[in-house]
Amino acid sequence: MCVGIPGKVVKIDGRMATVEVGGAERDIALDLLDGVGIGDYVIAHAGFAIHKVDEDEAIKTLEVLRELMEAMGEDGGPCTL
Amino acid sequence: MKYIDEYRDGEVAGRLLEGLRLATKKKLKFMEVCGSHTVAIFKSGIRDLLPDNISLVSGPGCPVCVTPAEDIDRAVLMARLPGVALATFGDMIRVPGTKTSLQKARAEGADVRVVYSPFDALKLAQSEPSLKVVFFAAGFETTSPAVAATLGRAVESGLENFFIFSVHKTIPAAMRALLDTPELSIDGFLCPGHVSTIIGTRPYLFIAEEYGRPAVVSGFEPVDILQSTLMMARQVEEGRPAVEIQYKRAVSEDGNPKAVEVLYRYFEPSDSNWRGIAVIPGTGLKLREQYSRFDAEKVFDVRPGEPHEPKGCSCGQVLQGIKTPPECKLFGRACTPENPVGACMVSYEGSCAAYYKYGRR
Repeated sequence: MCVGIPGKVVKIDGRMATVEVGGAERDIALDLLDGVGIGDYVIAHAGFAIHKVDEDEAIKTLEVLRELMEAMGEDGGPCTL
Repeated sequence: MKYIDEYRDGEVAGRLLEGLRLATKKKLKFMEVCGSHTVAIFKSGIRDLLPDNISLVSGPGCPVCVTPAEDIDRAVLMARLPGVALATFGDMIRVPGTKTSLQKARAEGADVRVVYSPFDALKLAQSEPSLKVVFFAAGFETTSPAVAATLGRAVESGLENFFIFSVHKTIPAAMRALLDTPELSIDGFLCPGHVSTIIGTRPYLFIAEEYGRPAVVSGFEPVDILQSTLMMARQVEEGRPAVEIQYKRAVSEDGNPKAVEVLYRYFEPSDSNWRGIAVIPGTGLKLREQYSRFDAEKVFDVRPGEPHEPKGCSCGQVLQGIKTPPECKLFGRACTPENPVGACMVSYEGSCAAYYKYGRR
């Protein structure tokens, strides 16, 4: 599924970032996005950050996508987090 | 109007619908080509609320649904090779090939591993040097740059046991092919959300400039989709077809140029077979010649038999919006989410699965 999920960058180590979404942490690669800093919100897909968003945009998107994902079930599509 | 109350922004939705009623009297058919839009539209039931002259049709926006049987057959053969593990996204494992699926092959002993990211496949290859890891790379432009970046890391580290079987597809040229099919009568496109995050909006300009139709990049909430539909209806009424972005928080005109650059560093366009539709030129992605050593199709000589689609399955017509799921003879009878016959029922982004879940009342 090509739906990316926003999360907050809490740690950066070279080309890898640790991104937090609702208490869960996930390792996300930064190969596709420059200029990412700690505290930034990024949309990640298939394990890679693809876009930076504002915090309020991130929270709004997260709500929408959570509903959509609950509807689709956790079948392990190319979901992010 | 029973769904309006369920919307988070019921009042906004109401106003948008009123706007749509007033916008135009023309009979218009808009198509979406994004699996997540398919689900959002079915789930929200907004089709029933649209004015009679405006319809929203689901197109081939589900990369799982458009992967042809012969590619599944090839993946199964690779997974059965000794010393090979086929890593795949979870939603591909139930897709029917000609005789079997990856899930069934796995049950019979083929090494099939579900991963959430191509990166996981890379890590598997790195941790088990004697295992040949083939990543079954499906998805549109939201996903293919991630696969390209992963390959980049494999190239950098000189990995010799990591391979990619690319069945990636790209959307804009497919949209052109759909516009070139006059019987589909598409008056405009709702453009995909996160594909557009990557490719920006310039790849859609031809829709407005050459075909004179609207193209609006839409978010996933019912109000996003309603607003995008209204934007398209107004464009048509006012005679000013254009590419517009409704989903501003995730999409810009430029997209993500770095992701696009990484993608085309490792991949180039090819022709691609869209299941049940046709081979559409220039809509596939294959590894560039200099990366042939990572190309699973070149490295592993697997020969699937003659492919064929399940009898009675109307996926191809459903994917083009020619038939709705209930118009397929098998829908809800021989073909259900528990026992899917065709790809459109297997994937939760497929029209048939979405209709089955949300459309039956």
